[in-house]
Amino acid sequence: MVSSRRSEAERADAASARDTGVDPLRPSDYDDGTTGADAGAGADAGDPGRAASADRNRGDAVTGPKLGPVGWLRFAWRQLTSMRTALLLLLLLAIAAIPGSLVPQRSSDPNGVVQYFADNPDLAPVLDSFQMFDVYTSVWFSSIYLLLFVSLIGCIVPRTKHHFQALRARPPKTPARLERLPAYVERPLASSDATDGAPTSEAAIERAAADLKRAGYRVERYDVRGAPSVSAERGYMRETGNLVFHTALVGVLVAVGIGGGFGFSGQRVIVEGQSFVNTLAAYDSFNPGRFFDDTSLTPYRLTLDELEAVYETENRDALGQPIDFTARVSITGDGEAAARELKVNEPLYEYGTDVYLLGNGYAPTITVRDPDGEVVFTDSVPFLPQDANLTSIGVVKVPDGLDEQVGMVGFFYPTQTTLSSGAFTSSYPDLVYPVLTLNVFQGDLGINEGTPRSVYQLDTSGMEQLTGGQTGVDSIELMPGESAELPNGLGTVEFENATPDAADGDYSESVPRFASFDVHHDPSQGWVLVFSVLILGGLLLSLFVPRRRMWVKAVTRADGSTVLQYAGLARGDDPGLERAVEEFADAHAGKEPVAE
Amino acid sequence: MTLDEISILSVYSAMAVYAIAFIAYSIDLAKRSAASATAADAQVAAASGTTSKAAATAAAGGSVQTAVKANAPAKAASARPGGDGAVAYGRSPSLRVAVAMTVIAWALHLAATVLRGIAAERVPWANMYEFALTGTLVITTVYLVVITFSRTTDLRFLGTFITGLVLVSLGVATVNFYVSVVPLPPALQSYWLVIHVFVATAAVGFFALGFALSVVQLMQSRREAIAATADAAKKSFLATLPSAASLENLAYRINIIGFILWTFTLMAGAIWAEKAWGRYWGWDTKEVWTFIIWVVYAGYIHARATRGWRGTRSAWLAIIGFSAVLFNFTVVNLFFKGLHAYSGL
Repeated sequence: MVSSRRSEAERADAASARDTGVDPLRPSDYDDGTTGADAGAGADAGDPGRAASADRNRGDAVTGPKLGPVGWLRFAWRQLTSMRTALLLLLLLAIAAIPGSLVPQRSSDPNGVVQYFADNPDLAPVLDSFQMFDVYTSVWFSSIYLLLFVSLIGCIVPRTKHHFQALRARPPKTPARLERLPAYVERPLASSDATDGAPTSEAAIERAAADLKRAGYRVERYDVRGAPSVSAERGYMRETGNLVFHTALVGVLVAVGIGGGFGFSGQRVIVEGQSFVNTLAAYDSFNPGRFFDDTSLTPYRLTLDELEAVYETENRDALGQPIDFTARVSITGDGEAAARELKVNEPLYEYGTDVYLLGNGYAPTITVRDPDGEVVFTDSVPFLPQDANLTSIGVVKVPDGLDEQVGMVGFFYPTQTTLSSGAFTSSYPDLVYPVLTLNVFQGDLGINEGTPRSVYQLDTSGMEQLTGGQTGVDSIELMPGESAELPNGLGTVEFENATPDAADGDYSESVPRFASFDVHHDPSQGWVLVFSVLILGGLLLSLFVPRRRMWVKAVTRADGSTVLQYAGLARGDDPGLERAVEEFADAHAGKEPVAE
Repeated sequence: MTLDEISILSVYSAMAVYAIAFIAYSIDLAKRSAASATAADAQVAAASGTTSKAAATAAAGGSVQTAVKANAPAKAASARPGGDGAVAYGRSPSLRVAVAMTVIAWALHLAATVLRGIAAERVPWANMYEFALTGTLVITTVYLVVITFSRTTDLRFLGTFITGLVLVSLGVATVNFYVSVVPLPPALQSYWLVIHVFVATAAVGFFALGFALSVVQLMQSRREAIAATADAAKKSFLATLPSAASLENLAYRINIIGFILWTFTLMAGAIWAEKAWGRYWGWDTKEVWTFIIWVVYAGYIHARATRGWRGTRSAWLAIIGFSAVLFNFTVVNLFFKGLHAYSGL
C-alpha cells in the first residue's frame, strides 16, 4: 500500500528533519497532508517544545480544575491560536457579514434606514437593538474580527521568530532509506565524475551539491553510514510569503483603524457660478475622523464654472441615458486660480484633499418680490433629482419681507410631459421644455427659534397651503423667464431665465445646474494600498513557491556497483515534486535509469 | 443584420453545439459505468478462482500516483481491473466527439462575445447579459486550457458539468438578462472596467471548475467508503475517475488560482471605487458579498490545513464558496439595493 509506505517514510524523514527543526512552525492541529506524521506521532517525541506543549495540553485535560490562572490563560491562548479556532472565526466572520447586505446600513444608505423604520415600525427597533443597521461597526462583528486578528497575531509572532531561525538552520540530515520517499529515482554513477579513470561517488555528490545550490537550494553535506550524500532544501519564500500575507492583513486593519481617524469626509453642493471655501462651516455635511483637527483644513476656494451633462440622443434603446458629466472648476489656494476638470471617474487631488463629482441636478433661479416690486428673495435653489429623467424637488423659504412667512415646494421638470393621469413628469433629463411648478404655503416656517432645518425640506405643520394639493387652486406653473402672482396678494414669484437672449424655444442653458461634491481626506489610503500589494505578493509566494527537500546519495550495493539515489519530499502542496526530482536526476546523471 | 444580431445568432448556435457536447459527455459517463461494471464482474470472476485478497485490496486501495497513471491513454473503453483503485478507461469515441463539440461551441461562443464587444464598441462585460456571456466563455476556456495542459490528470470527465452549467447559464442569460447595446454610464467609463470585471469573471471560471471537482470528490469519497462492501459502488462511473484524494488536490490547485484572482478583483474594485465613488470600501452590498466569498475561500484554504477538516469538510466549503459566487452574481445583482446596479435590467 502506497499510502502507508508514504507515511512511514515521512515519519522517518520527520525524525531526521526534527533534528534541525527547519519545518515552519504551525499550530498543533495544523495538517496540510505532508506533515501529518509530524503533527501526530512526531510531535510527542521529537520537538521538545511541541512535545512539552502537548504534555501540558494533556495535563490540562486531566487536571483541568487544578490549573492556576496562568495555566488557564495559557490553555485559552493555545485554543485561540489553533487552526480550528482561526477557521471557526473566519466562517463566523463570513456569516456575520451577511445581515449587512440584507438590511440597509447607516454608513452606506442612511435614507434606506429611515425608510426601513417607516416601513417596518415594529421590527426596525428590535433590529436596531442588535445593531443591525451598523453591522460593520457593531460590537459582535468587531469582536469576531478582533478575536480573529488576535488569533492571527498569536500565530504569526512565534512563527516569524521561528522562521528567522529556520532561515539560518542547516537542511535536515539525509534519511537512511531514500527509496521510501514519495518522489524517488535511481541513476548509475555517471562517467563524467571520473577523477582517476573510475567515477567516484564523492565527485558525483560534490557536483550534485553545486547543481542544487545553483538551483536555489540551501545545501549541506552529510555522510550516512559511509555513503556520501547531500541534503538540500528550498522554498523558504513560501513561509516568508505566508508571514508577509498575514502580517499585511494586520497592517490593513491597523491602517484603517488608526489612519482613518485622522481623515474627514464632507459634502457640498455648488451651483454653477458659485464657490465654496474649504472650511468647516462651508460644508453641507461633515464627518470628521476620531482624531481629526479642523485647523488642518487648507482654506482653498473652489468655484464651479460650468457643469456639462451629455445625454444619449441617438441610440433608441438608451435615449436620455447619461453619457458624460464634466465639472469645470477653478481652484484658488495660495496662488493663481487654476482651471481643472472633474469627471465621475476622474477626481481632483488638490491641497491634500480629494474632490469627487458624485451628483448633479438643476438649480432654478427663483426671485420673490413683495407687492411693491422689491426683491425679498432671489437664489438658485438646488432641486434634488428624483428619477433618471431628473424630475426634481426643491424648497424655497422666504422668512422675511412679505406679510407672512412663505414657503414653496417646487417640482422641476427639465422636459415636461403630462401622464394620462394628468400628473406632470419629465421625459428627458436635458432642458428641452423646462417647467417649474410651485405649491405655496404661508404661516410659520418654524425657523424663528433657531432650530436647524434642512434646506431640502419644508415643515408645513404650522403653515396653510395656498396652491396645489386639495386647495382647489392650481399650482403655480412657470417656464424660464415667466412670473406669476402669489395668492392673497403676497407678491410675485419669477423663474428667472439664465439665458434671456437665447433664440425662441431654446432652453438648453436656461436653468443653472449644480454639482454635489464629496471632499475627502484619508491618510490611511496609501498605507492600505501598500499593505494590499504585500497581501497579494505574499499570497502568490505562499501558494505557488514549493517548499521542497531534495537528497542525493551515492550508495554502494552488495555487488560493489554504485548507484545515485535522488529523492524529494514536499512540505506543503507541491504538484511538481516528482517531475523536479526526475529532471534533476536527468540533468545530473543522464536519462538512463539503473538497470534492474 | 446588425453585429449584435449576428452575435445573438452565434450564441444560439453555440448553445446548440454545447447541447450536443453535453449529450455526448453524458453518454461517456454511462459508458464509464458499463466499463466499471465489466471490470467489477471480471474481478469477481478472477477472485473466485484465486485468492480474493489481492484483487479486493487492489479495488479498494486508492493512491494519487497510480490513479493518475491509469488515465494515460489506454485502449479506449477496454476495461481491465486496475491494480490501483481506478478502473482504466481511456477515452471513448463519445468523449472524443464531446470534446470536439466543446471546442466548436467555444469558438462560436467566442465569436458571439467578440461581436457583441464590437457592436457595443467596448469590452463585452458591462451588464448582466454580457457578464454571463463572458463569464461562461471564461469557464469553457479554463476547462479547455486545463484539459489541454494538464499533464498528469485527465479532467475531460468534467465536461458534463461544464457544458451543462454553461448551457443553462447562456439560456438564462439570453432569455432573462438580454439587453440591447447601450452606452456606458459615466461611472463605468474607466479602464478599471476592463481589469476588475475581467479578473472577476476569470476567478469565477476557476471557482466553477474547482466546485465541480469538489462535488466529484465528495461523490468519490462516499464511493470509496463503501466500495469494499457495496457491489454497486464498484460499478459506478466514478470507478474510472481519479481518487478522492487526487480530486481534492486538483480542486485545491484550481481554487487557489481562483482565490488569488478574487483577491485581485477585490483590490482592483477598491481602487476603482475610490475613483468613482470617493471611497475605497463602503460595505456596499456587492462589496459585502465579495468579502464574504473571499473569507469563505480563505476558510477553505485554512480548512485544508486543519486536522479533521481536510477532505470532505473542506470540499463543502469550496461548494459553499461557489454557491456564494452564484448568489452574488444573480440574487445580489437583481434584488439587492446597492451601488453596483449595472445589471442593465
